[in-house]
Amino acid sequence: MHLALPVVLAALLFSIGVYGVLARRNAVLVLMAIELMLNAVNINLVAFDVWLRDTLHAGQSLTLFVIALAAAEVGIGLAIVLQVYRLRATVAIDDLDQLAEPSPEERR
Amino acid sequence: MTTLGWLVLGLPFAAAVVGFLLPQTATRSAQVLTVSATGVATVLSIIVATGAPVAGKPGVTLAPFGTLTVHAGLRLDGLATIVAVAVCVVALLVQFYSIAYLAGDDAYPRYAAQVSLFTAAMLDVVLAADLIQLLVGWEVMGICSYLLIGHYRDLPEARPAAVKAFLVTRVGDVGFLLGVLVLGVGIGSFDIGTVIAHAGSMPSGTLVTACLLLLLGVAGKSAQFPLHTWLPDAMAGPTPISALIHAATMVAAGIYVVARLYPVFRLHTVALAVLGVVAAITMLLGALAALGQDDLKRVLAWSTVSQIAYMSGALAVGAPVAATFHLLTHAAFKALLFLAAGCVLNATGEVLMSSMGGLRRRLPITFWTMTCGLAALVGLPPTSGFFSKDAVLGGAWEAARGHGGGPAWVGWLVGVAGLLTVGLTAAYATRLWLRTFFGPAHEPAAAHETGHAHGPGHVHGPWVVREPCWIMTVPLIVLAVPTVLLGFAGLRSSWLPARLDAPGVAVHPTLGIALVSLALSAGGIAWVVLAWRRAPGTDPVPALPVLTRAFYLDDVQDAVIVRPYRLLARIVSAADAGLVDGAVEGSGAGAGMLSRRLSRLQTGNVQFYATGVLAAAVLLAVAAVLL
Amino acid sequence: MTAQDVVFGLLGVIALGSALLVVTTRNVVRAALWLVVTFGAVAGCYLVLTAELVAWVQVLIYIGAIVVLLLFGVMLTRAPIGPTDQVDSGNRRVAVLVGLATAAMLVTLVLQAFHSTYVTLDQPGTASLLGAAVFRSWVLPLEVLSVLLLTALVGAITLTRPTVGTAGSR
Repeated sequence: MHLALPVVLAALLFSIGVYGVLARRNAVLVLMAIELMLNAVNINLVAFDVWLRDTLHAGQSLTLFVIALAAAEVGIGLAIVLQVYRLRATVAIDDLDQLAEPSPEERR
Repeated sequence: MTTLGWLVLGLPFAAAVVGFLLPQTATRSAQVLTVSATGVATVLSIIVATGAPVAGKPGVTLAPFGTLTVHAGLRLDGLATIVAVAVCVVALLVQFYSIAYLAGDDAYPRYAAQVSLFTAAMLDVVLAADLIQLLVGWEVMGICSYLLIGHYRDLPEARPAAVKAFLVTRVGDVGFLLGVLVLGVGIGSFDIGTVIAHAGSMPSGTLVTACLLLLLGVAGKSAQFPLHTWLPDAMAGPTPISALIHAATMVAAGIYVVARLYPVFRLHTVALAVLGVVAAITMLLGALAALGQDDLKRVLAWSTVSQIAYMSGALAVGAPVAATFHLLTHAAFKALLFLAAGCVLNATGEVLMSSMGGLRRRLPITFWTMTCGLAALVGLPPTSGFFSKDAVLGGAWEAARGHGGGPAWVGWLVGVAGLLTVGLTAAYATRLWLRTFFGPAHEPAAAHETGHAHGPGHVHGPWVVREPCWIMTVPLIVLAVPTVLLGFAGLRSSWLPARLDAPGVAVHPTLGIALVSLALSAGGIAWVVLAWRRAPGTDPVPALPVLTRAFYLDDVQDAVIVRPYRLLARIVSAADAGLVDGAVEGSGAGAGMLSRRLSRLQTGNVQFYATGVLAAAVLLAVAAVLL
Repeated sequence: MTAQDVVFGLLGVIALGSALLVVTTRNVVRAALWLVVTFGAVAGCYLVLTAELVAWVQVLIYIGAIVVLLLFGVMLTRAPIGPTDQVDSGNRRVAVLVGLATAAMLVTLVLQAFHSTYVTLDQPGTASLLGAAVFRSWVLPLEVLSVLLLTALVGAITLTRPTVGTAGSR
């Protein structure tokens, strides 16, 4: 099998995930895009493991770990999103800018 | 001998240092200190003058500048020691006189210390063996002159006069400094003996430039045209200062330097020709201006300008002995005239001659001594002025006939100008004599307090015009002696001329010149006396504004130099505030503005930050691959 | 062009297509559902690459747990059900640029590196094989991972607790 196929798939999937992170307004949608990026990484890991065939099976083992980590990360991420929703009644990224540098009027 | 020489220099300097440290109430200590220091210095200078001349090998090395070294040493030849004696004597008499003149002044110790410092500086100029050492004394004299002219803090014209004196002489001093440097660097040494010996080895262009630059300094310090404008205004200072600095010593320093370096000036006649032209102009200018003044001290100031021009004229025509002789006699009679004027001011409380008159009965000692001084100024025999002025005119005549050092036309110019000035000098001296001492007496304005400005030694109460105390009249008598008798010292070539390193040149009058100049003097005197007879008590000379304002040269100087400089100063200060300060403040403002612009990057939006990070990462990756 | 290449290519196309729909659809719930399709296609890709255990774990955890979690999140934050216009932020144009740039860079890099590399799919990544590897060589990271999961659990509970410390809220 041509190795370029899975690796290119991973690259494109990653880029789509990048677009999603930067373009989506809802925080949950951003989390979804992050999952896409993680999947791309996984495909890469598996493809290289199949290519290199090392004794430790590092690629596929690490893929399992990444999947578990992704699950933990989504859990925490959603917990944060829920807390933000409770406090601000919105999860739109555009509206969450309290850490901005205050403008001169606001400074006074 | 060298040790005594150093003491002559060092004692007034030490007295100055101690005097500056004294509290302002210690008047008596200051008087004792300065008079005694100057007195001892006078005695020592006489001893040094009568001793053998010391050629002045380079003394202590002060500052090695690579190939050039600055030494500090003493050159005790005849010229230096005689002039040093004159300086010390006049300084001593002035210090003594000041005890009474400035009695009641609340800054006496400072004044006495400054006078002492000035004396030390003048002695340094006279006795120096090294040009840089001379320059140090030259500059210190300038500072002391500034401080002393501005002594009367409450007098409104004192401070501007001091600044004017300082600035005008400063213009000359720049030239003087450059001249000294050109000479020293060109010859490779600043030692005066070496400079004189090796001046011939310098290229003529450089040498002439150096001489002309030195003459600029001479013109400034000795108040010759065009840098003469400061001297009449400097009369705002106390009268003893006018006697010391602006008659006898500092203004003669320029003449002394030219006499000192005379072999250098002699090598190319261009500089001396320029000096001759300047001298001729200044002679006439000073005499004419003196005719138009009402202020007693101003007449004497313009007279000084004119008489110094005689000395520089003598130098220009190749008669340095005559110049030095006239320097000595002028020191005596001009100091006498100023101190006598101080007595008159003190006695009457008036400065303007139009407020004086008929003082000869009330101030007998002043009258008789001032008469001797004026006679010497005019050049009447047998006073010393007759001999020295005749020597100057004789030197000019010799040069005009081709026997002198320089071109003949210089001799003609100086000679003709000198003779005309003789007549004018006689006129203004007579005018001064008549207006002050003869005619109806004007009541001194006891109603208005002229206060301290002109003679604080008076007694409070109804104003009585009477002779000042003995402290002020004894110096007059002392100075009257050389005024009358000094001329005879030149008759034998083994007396004064030998002392001035010119053995074999006797200074005796030439018959022809003497007759012509006496005739001109008589003419001037007669004119004024006749005018006085017609209208006693008023000004015999019509008061022409062009004379009173001294040909408006002050106004010319103001328009041509002072105003443009003030404008330039305003521009520079505006540029400093706008550009330099503006740049500094602008950088602060710029930093603030930049930070405000940059702080807009902190939008608080997570996606914005993430975009930045990812875009930069992509760019870096591409750059890493491409580069 | 072997059969595996073809199958892999088709599955890849499905994955990419549904991923695009995830990031562009205007319906939040539909995005989650398209995400399911993407995960499924990726699982298929793993199978083609003979990584069997990974494929099943992908289905189990990604589709089974993570998507469910995301749907819960959608529900609890009252995201609008049905199509809505408010789904893209103002960053969209720059995001397109960055995405395209990333894609271009990565694809170029990858194609230049691996345009002539071929792999042989002979040894399947079975559960026994991978399990042996994990529990022998990777046992420490495995234990750490389990602690991490515990931490995540505790953290999520702590974060979503009601306000702390005031009376009567315990």
